Amino acid sequence: MASDQAAKFKIGDQVRIRVGVPPTHFRTPEYIQGKQGRIDTLWGAYPNPESLAYGGDGLPAQPLYQVEFAQTDLWRDYKGAANDKLLIDVYENWLENI
Amino acid sequence: MPKVHDRGGWPNDDPIDPDEHEMEEWERQVDALNGVLGDKGLKNTDQLRRAIESLDLKTYETLAYYEKWTAAMEMLLVEQGVMTKEEIDAKFDELKQAKL
Repeated sequence: MASDQAAKFKIGDQVRIRVGVPPTHFRTPEYIQGKQGRIDTLWGAYPNPESLAYGGDGLPAQPLYQVEFAQTDLWRDYKGAANDKLLIDVYENWLENI
Repeated sequence: MPKVHDRGGWPNDDPIDPDEHEMEEWERQVDALNGVLGDKGLKNTDQLRRAIESLDLKTYETLAYYEKWTAAMEMLLVEQGVMTKEEIDAKFDELKQAKL
């Protein structure tokens, strides 16, 4: 894990995914934007793919988290089990405090 | 409207064909070329994704998986000045003629 950016969130924190569809490369799908989730894992910090995608160096490295969502929060009329979860990796620059 | 690749939840009732299939020779070549360009520092995975995402919806829906890679690699090589579109098109025409 690169040490140039300390992780802002810890496991169990509630976070909201930032809303935005920039005309550039980004890794955070629209269907989780604006939704509330819970930090499940901190994977470490990695070069930012939103910079690498344009030939940049990706620095400073961005903490990358696995965030857990209730499927019923993501999809209207979700037909699966009520306790189904989605686990998805999200970079810190997409996370907001609740 | 999200970009063409960002399609979680897009309504679509089309069936998915889960059958295994053999890769064709040209698909292996595209994959190999992608590896070579990566080794030479001419592209990374994020650049390839970004280039694929920039295809318009119709092109994205029309091209097969490795055709999208090919279009993206061409875009990145032209962007970095390694080759020009004219050079690529000229080579394409030459190969097409040779096959006739």
